Amino acid sequence: MSIRERLSGNEAAATAMKQINPDVVAAFPITPSTEIPQYFSTFVDNGMVDTEFVAVESEHSAMSACIGAEAAGARAMTATSANGLSLMWEMIYIASGMRLPIVMSLVNRAVSGPLNIHNDHSDAMGVRDAGWIMLFSETNQEAYDNLLMAHRIAENENVLLPLMVCQDGFITSHSIENIELLEDEKVKEFVGKYIPKHYLLNEKEPVAMGPMDLQSFLFEHKYQQAEAMRNAKQVILDVAKDFEKLTGRKYGLFEEYRLDDAEIAIVCMNSTAGTTKDVVDILREKGIKAGLLKVRVFRPFPAEEIAKALSHVKAVAVLDKADSLNGAGGALFTDITSAMQVNGVQVPTSSYIYGIGGRDTTTKEIESVFNDLMEDSKKEKIENPYRYLGLRKE
Amino acid sequence: MAYNMKEIVAEKKSRFTSGHRMCAGCGAPPVTRMILRALKPEDHAVIANATGCMEVSSFIYPYTSWTESYIHTAFECAAATCSGVEAAYKSMKKQGKLPEDVHTKFIAFGGDGGTYDIGLQSLSGAMERGHDMTYVCYDNGAYMNTGIQRSSATPRFADTTTSPAGSVIPGKMQSRKDLTEIMEAHHLPYVAQTAAYMNFKDLYEKAEKAIYTEGPTFLNVLAPCPRGWGYPTEDLMNINKLAVETCYWPLYEVENGKYKITYKPAKKLPIEEFLKPQKRFKHMFKPGNEWMIEEFQKEVDRRWEALLKLEEMSNKE
Repeated sequence: MSIRERLSGNEAAATAMKQINPDVVAAFPITPSTEIPQYFSTFVDNGMVDTEFVAVESEHSAMSACIGAEAAGARAMTATSANGLSLMWEMIYIASGMRLPIVMSLVNRAVSGPLNIHNDHSDAMGVRDAGWIMLFSETNQEAYDNLLMAHRIAENENVLLPLMVCQDGFITSHSIENIELLEDEKVKEFVGKYIPKHYLLNEKEPVAMGPMDLQSFLFEHKYQQAEAMRNAKQVILDVAKDFEKLTGRKYGLFEEYRLDDAEIAIVCMNSTAGTTKDVVDILREKGIKAGLLKVRVFRPFPAEEIAKALSHVKAVAVLDKADSLNGAGGALFTDITSAMQVNGVQVPTSSYIYGIGGRDTTTKEIESVFNDLMEDSKKEKIENPYRYLGLRKE
Repeated sequence: MAYNMKEIVAEKKSRFTSGHRMCAGCGAPPVTRMILRALKPEDHAVIANATGCMEVSSFIYPYTSWTESYIHTAFECAAATCSGVEAAYKSMKKQGKLPEDVHTKFIAFGGDGGTYDIGLQSLSGAMERGHDMTYVCYDNGAYMNTGIQRSSATPRFADTTTSPAGSVIPGKMQSRKDLTEIMEAHHLPYVAQTAAYMNFKDLYEKAEKAIYTEGPTFLNVLAPCPRGWGYPTEDLMNINKLAVETCYWPLYEVENGKYKITYKPAKKLPIEEFLKPQKRFKHMFKPGNEWMIEEFQKEVDRRWEALLKLEEMSNKE
């Protein structure tokens, strides 16, 4: 029997971390993820976990300490947002380059500047090519579930990559929702023990990590990382299958919501998918064949699968909660259109930048996107594919 | 047991092997090797290393000079990285995930760039948090790895590639930061400044104390650089000696707040003795630049006097 609870997204993440009971957590407070280390240090100080909590003096040191701990042979976790992730940036690449399966809870927030503490995805998009597996979560439940699956994926010997679980700052991190939790024992059994192959604290086998890696080897090492990322796709699906057996909750690379017979579709990530589902239902009642593709696994990017899932629709809108500032659409849009092109899918697709700095995105606005798509679906070539949603004109 | 260098070298294996690619005449490798010899033979160690000369010359894939477990991550975070390893040890030991009878010590090495400058925050954080580790700064007084740029450890007037001795500005205009005192301000159980001098006795004994004092400890070790300082490689030990005998680099330790100057020169040599053999100070000896030597001497005297006072004050009952 699972446990019915009401938790905020941050509480859900902290609860998952408590049940995972990692050896080390190193974190530095930053809005809106601050509550995670707060809750977690309460667990530590009340003896509810075995974890050493390292209250570092910066996010750079948080990731450095996680790298040290994971390399030492421990399970290490952290949580951060926005500028915290920006400060970690150097170490984010080193964590993946050293093939350390660190798990991070990333509570998405706008990266400065100017300063803004509210939700968008500019933090996550800044590390999209850093060699981390990136899972996005629509709800508190998904943030919790994704964290429970994280170690099984990251620590798989064909993967060995760090992993971040994203959720929307404030929108899910601070909203209390119903959630189904697993019992501690079941989590412990599902997550399993971490048995690293080579680790610093193995006195029987000294190991040197983090070399100077020059022209003769770096290329091959980077290729191995890319291969690991490709391998991760199947591992994510395998772990999801086991998780479904345990909980009944089904996870794939992405979620298709009323997409199979849809004529127009929105692609988005995190909490906006919930708003979009509502709009899809309303439109369906009116006989409009609207659908949604919610990306869960952003890295590795399921290019072929997404292209196939969208191949039958007549128009697609990709919603990016971060502008790439490249004059040619958001990052998710670029990935989706590239995936379609490579896989021979020709569907008129437009980019919508929305919700920047926590700007609220309403059902009305999502509906306006579907209205645009109905127009687009009648055209062979769409004009102005680089659009903005909810942007004030004056 | 009285210190006997021959016995130590004979009995304790080197944990930093030959074959590394540090320059001949570099002060860092002999210092590193001796510090690691201070480990008890039965003890295991994890070394964390900041990016710098030492790292890029000792662990070029797939070769390593380190017989102990070793981790390098980046330039500014050897202390934070090491603190993560130590936290893992504490956690795993507590949970029975590591053998009970194996003792692991944690030692971080960084140059003055990685310690005085870019890594100061990470070092300060790790020391304040009280991790059971020793941080060793091998201080060669500039960013040598990238080609001799000034650091906050570079002495005044030194000619570096970013503080060249020009016709208007004659080298670095600022005096050295006193990192040993900054670390002492963290109220650590053990802080020491040392150099490879007199058969490495001072260095060895301080390394042993630092490694086997529980809690965070810090060693600042002079490590001359033949390229950056401009001396013939065979003069390394002589440069160390002159640094100590002129009181440019006093040998001292602070144990739980009590200062002890571990070597007081019977006759303090004039600073010219230290400056003259080094090309980086050559311009100071041109006619008309006598004021530079005077100023340098004044600063050395001021700091030495202050240290003598600290020793006196901290030992008063």
